[in-house]
Amino acid sequence: MPLLAQLVNVLAAFLLLLAFAMLSQRRVLTLIKLLAWQGAALALSTGIVAWSTGQDHLYISAGLTMMLKVLLIPWLLHRLIDRLFIRWDVETLINIPTTMLIGIGLVIFAFALAAPISQMASTLTRSTLGIAMASILLSFLMMIVRRKAVPQVIGFLAMENGLFFAATSATYGMPLVVELGVALDVLVGTLIFGIFFFHIREQFDSLDIRHMETLKQD
Amino acid sequence: MEIALVLGVPLIGGLLLALVGHKRWAPELNALMSLVTLAAAVLLTARVIADGPMVWLDEQYTVDPSNVLLAALAGLLREQFFVDPFNVFLVALTAFVAFTTTLFSRPYMRIEEHDGRVNPTRLRLYHSMYQMFSFMMLLCLLSNNVGILWVAMEGATLTTVLLVSLYRTPASLEAAWKYFILCSVGIAQALFGVILLYFAAEKVLGPGGTSLLWTHLYAVRGQLEPTVLSLAFVFLLVGFGTKVGLVPLHNWLPDAHAEGPTPISAVLSGLLLNVALYAVVRSKVLVDGALGRNFSGGLMMGFGLLSVVVAAFFLSRQRDIKRMFAYSSVEHMGIMTFAFGMGGPVAAFAGLLHMTVHSLTKSAIFFTVGHASQKTGTQNMADIRGLIEQSPAIGWGLVLGTLAILGMPPFGVFTSEFMVLTTAMHEHPWATPFLLVALGVAFAAIFGKVQPMVFGEIPAANAARRLPRGPTLIPVFVHLGIVLMLGLYIPPYLVGWYRQAAALIG
Repeated sequence: MPLLAQLVNVLAAFLLLLAFAMLSQRRVLTLIKLLAWQGAALALSTGIVAWSTGQDHLYISAGLTMMLKVLLIPWLLHRLIDRLFIRWDVETLINIPTTMLIGIGLVIFAFALAAPISQMASTLTRSTLGIAMASILLSFLMMIVRRKAVPQVIGFLAMENGLFFAATSATYGMPLVVELGVALDVLVGTLIFGIFFFHIREQFDSLDIRHMETLKQD
Repeated sequence: MEIALVLGVPLIGGLLLALVGHKRWAPELNALMSLVTLAAAVLLTARVIADGPMVWLDEQYTVDPSNVLLAALAGLLREQFFVDPFNVFLVALTAFVAFTTTLFSRPYMRIEEHDGRVNPTRLRLYHSMYQMFSFMMLLCLLSNNVGILWVAMEGATLTTVLLVSLYRTPASLEAAWKYFILCSVGIAQALFGVILLYFAAEKVLGPGGTSLLWTHLYAVRGQLEPTVLSLAFVFLLVGFGTKVGLVPLHNWLPDAHAEGPTPISAVLSGLLLNVALYAVVRSKVLVDGALGRNFSGGLMMGFGLLSVVVAAFFLSRQRDIKRMFAYSSVEHMGIMTFAFGMGGPVAAFAGLLHMTVHSLTKSAIFFTVGHASQKTGTQNMADIRGLIEQSPAIGWGLVLGTLAILGMPPFGVFTSEFMVLTTAMHEHPWATPFLLVALGVAFAAIFGKVQPMVFGEIPAANAARRLPRGPTLIPVFVHLGIVLMLGLYIPPYLVGWYRQAAALIG
């Protein structure tokens, strides 16, 4: 296996590791740092795939990821929690060791699901599809077990990272128009999330989702 | 060219309304923009009926290569849009209901402003986002690119999320947050489905922009890898199904409908759910072609039936009038999903007809409900009484709308539900008892609550106030009139049109 493909595999493993780190992390500031690291790993691996395969449009995608996921969005989130004076630790619904065990189960499930598909892939990086799927599921889990608004959003952004990673690892990236559109949606979405935080804070004096359970299931 | 008009007008309208800020005539401008969109949609429909399906920009459309900018633009847009009988009918319906809703919204939002529930800044947001929302839905329908469809669907969520929380009450914020998180997560699953679809298509069509185009995908659907496509369909169904409001992914829907401004409830129920179902049906046709067995149909029937039954039983527990009709939307989307899942020309015909009559009836109901709750100052059904005495037009609108949505003959909903039921008896007899029981339960629940609201005696304590502005109830009766007509007599060209569309998806 060529060196570059190995490097992508290492970055993929790093991505998965970061997903687990996010799952176990209690502090919001550290969560944002982890998200930025995940974005950096994604951008780097996209860049490597672009270089080794000569797919020029992937450079644009890598650059976008770098700008959005590593610089802009973490910066926005930082500013937001500064303005809102969020200093508390993150509470989880299930305790962390149990969450990690569920996470391991999800990874095994993701690999089992991805195995038949990655055999069909002709790309250099096909073995990473399982990892991409695993990190999507782990971010999903993170959104489920977190009670506060900010970590939920970070979980959502981590899920987008996983999706982009799946796109590069399985297919060398989606068509450029689509990637641009998705990036725009993510950016606008984050801005709206930001506006929301202020509104929620104004109304509830807290960003705890538990206050928002008056609309019952019936 | 018509396509550019249909998409361009609401986009420009949205930007214009955002730029000029809230003026006294902003509601009229909003209505005017929607009217022009409707006119463009009618032109487009006429063109498609005359010339058949078309792709825009096709090969015949050439530009001067020396003009770099124009050539690049043409390259970017090449084959990005397409129209066939299936989506043109939804485009026409979307443009029509979007227009009548602006007519309803004109006095409605003025009364809300008069009551101090919204201020000019929020009205500016409201009008601008209303147009952007129309644009996103039309883009979803007209896009030939599955990826762009996804982007537009997410865009439709983003534009409406701030509208659901327009009143900034705790309950509306909660509803909007739920809507945002659940729909974003759902739509992320759909993105994974799109990635898998691209993965399968790229092997056959080669990498690049063309392998996500519906027209190209349909041409080669027999050669796509079945395992990948079946997995892709599961993700697409779950993702877009969240927006359709299929049980168990429906949690956002009643909250968003109940807490947002009523015109938004009307377009969410009447239009957005249809557009999301459109995406599911398009994917189903593709996957069916690749798999050659009815895998996707079975899944859709299962989800559809579950939605019908669960929603019907939730109906009787509702106290908020808008929540109740939101659950009724879940029920009807279930019926449509079930019908499209069964497949075949009759069921697909019934599904399309039901899409039309449901969105007309449901938006008409929301129009009357909006004014009824403004008049009585509450959305709590126990406090709304005697509408027929206070305002005969609102009362009759609500009663007729309710009868129509409950599937009473001679309204069009009866026709489509009857067709779904008879097809189900024929092909899937096990499903009929569930459907019949659910329809019966829904009837008992909704009618039992609407009857006292309209005909009940007004308690002396809460006499309704006079509205500061007369409501516009013409759209309600126009919608109900069309639904009645579709129940009694469907014009032959409409039948032909539905048949063509049903043949595409059946």
